[in-house]
Amino acid sequence: MTEQAPIIRVRNVTKRFGSVTAVDDVSIDIRQGEFFALLGPSGCGKTTLLRMLAGFETTSEGEIEIDGQPMLGVPPNRRPVNMVFQSYAVFPHMTVFDNVAYGLKVTGVGKSEIAERVKEALTLVHLEDFGRRKPDQLSGGQRQRVALARALVKKPKVLLLDEPLSALDAKLREAMRLELVHLQHSVGITFVIVTHDQDEALSMADRAAVMDHGVVRQVAAPATLYEHPNSRFVADFIGKMNLLEAKVAGLSGGRLAIDIEGLERFEVPHDGPASGEIGIAVRPEKTRLSKEQPAAGRLGLKGKVSDVAYYGNESHILLDTDTGVRFTTTIQNETRRSDSSILIGDDLWISWSPEDTLVLSE
Amino acid sequence: MSTLPARSMRRRRVRGTNPLEYLKRPWMQLTLLASFVFLYFPIVTLIAFSFNDSRRNITWRGFTWKYYEKAFNNASLHDAFVNSMIVAGTSTLVSTALGAMLGLALYRYRFPWKGTYEGVAHLPIVIPEICMGVAMLVFFNAINMDLSLITITVSHIAFTIPFVAVVIRARMAGFDVSLEEASHDLGASEWQTFWHITFPYMVPGLVAGALMAFVLSLDDFVITFFTAGVGSTTFPIKIYSMLRFSVTPEVNAASTVLIVITLSLTLIAMIMQSRWAKGRQE
Repeated sequence: MTEQAPIIRVRNVTKRFGSVTAVDDVSIDIRQGEFFALLGPSGCGKTTLLRMLAGFETTSEGEIEIDGQPMLGVPPNRRPVNMVFQSYAVFPHMTVFDNVAYGLKVTGVGKSEIAERVKEALTLVHLEDFGRRKPDQLSGGQRQRVALARALVKKPKVLLLDEPLSALDAKLREAMRLELVHLQHSVGITFVIVTHDQDEALSMADRAAVMDHGVVRQVAAPATLYEHPNSRFVADFIGKMNLLEAKVAGLSGGRLAIDIEGLERFEVPHDGPASGEIGIAVRPEKTRLSKEQPAAGRLGLKGKVSDVAYYGNESHILLDTDTGVRFTTTIQNETRRSDSSILIGDDLWISWSPEDTLVLSE
Repeated sequence: MSTLPARSMRRRRVRGTNPLEYLKRPWMQLTLLASFVFLYFPIVTLIAFSFNDSRRNITWRGFTWKYYEKAFNNASLHDAFVNSMIVAGTSTLVSTALGAMLGLALYRYRFPWKGTYEGVAHLPIVIPEICMGVAMLVFFNAINMDLSLITITVSHIAFTIPFVAVVIRARMAGFDVSLEEASHDLGASEWQTFWHITFPYMVPGLVAGALMAFVLSLDDFVITFFTAGVGSTTFPIKIYSMLRFSVTPEVNAASTVLIVITLSLTLIAMIMQSRWAKGRQE
């Protein structure tokens, strides 16, 4: 798969609206058959980038190639991509069948072929018995399936999805995540999804691009984004993270010596350069709380519990260290009484292994 | 309601009305009745006396269809009615098309001086009809155009366009632009998108706008009076000229016909509107 030419090639694309730069010099390759997520907070430019792929926005600078063809000046109706809109945009005055058939009708596909392909598409999204319904007789989830079928019936090279799950309630959203992934596997079409929900991106995507202020911060598989973020922004945006400021004391033989207030100088494995002020990060679930000072070889800080938040399966403990850093840590509630074991005001040690320490120079 | 404490429920029932049930209060009912009488007594009287078997509209002398027959057989009244229908029909067609385009353009595009353009385009709604009439007359004189049904129609088109535009714009305010984008994305051209997606959405607005334009044109007096030439009398002007001789039940009968037409059209518009609203809710 890695040998194949990318289905979408975005090269140095910039989009300006007046004085605002929505997308700033973005370059991404999206591979054939991939489930790709554009992830970022609202206003980061992810939707603008998607709309440029669909052809609803022009690029101010740079090039977009889809399936090897440059897309400059190609209108949306001539691009080999289809889009599922955030509002679904199901045509209200047409039946489900006519909605799905629309894209075939306007391009002059024959009647018998339309009937066949629409039936196939509706079966794909489990709406085979809903063809004669009007959109106002459907639930939100069903309307979304219509939007999916309507796009897939066109057999696009790439399916673009703009926040497809944001209008669904929590339970349905979880179910649809799985279903979208199954759907993508069964049709084999490249999916590009825009989302601000990191759980969505991590659980669905093969790879994700994390965007911030129009800039792509990191493009990687979910596990890499989570365990090896390349910047403070990505580390903080994906999941929960404890960030500390530190100083580089020395670098030799792939080991980085670090100074942090309140800790003895310690070494972590690190490749690449690093110097001066850096960020140190550790995931909450990789830290441990203890009453006694942790064993040698673990990094430990002493502090006071300032808050305990109960989430059912786990609890989040906030600990203010004596050096003035606030740590979050999670503990699994393995027994029914485990929530009462830690109280606000307890003096505890928080510790983690140097191997779980992330070095963030950006 | 069921969650309210029982005591407050009882107290409410004793007092008889909920705080928001204004219509159950006597003074409110009285006011309503008074305003209805004030508004509709003249019209009801006019209609009633069109059936009066007397040459004068003063005392009731029994029921008759005579004056309807007379009005119907009055050739000049008949001609005026046909003229009115021609003017109203033509101007409605043209002003609905132009007004819809104006409404759509104002909804969709942003351009320099849009505010000013919008204000000027909607001026005929607020401008006094008498000014409009005089202006039209002066204009037709200046371009040496003889007054006829054509001049009336042109004037009617001019003053009904903004009304249609306002209705269309209000309709488009609830339009989801992503519907057009979706259509375009699915392979439709701009033209196909307009006819398959945008136009069907506009239809209720077009119907409402057209009926409004038709009714406005049908009963317009002032502007028509200034722009009508010899032999191009419309229905309202004919009724007015009949009044100058004497107020006979024939005039009442003719007016009643106009009222019935206007009311039925309004009723149709309201029914269509509510059907469409119902269709949307389901």
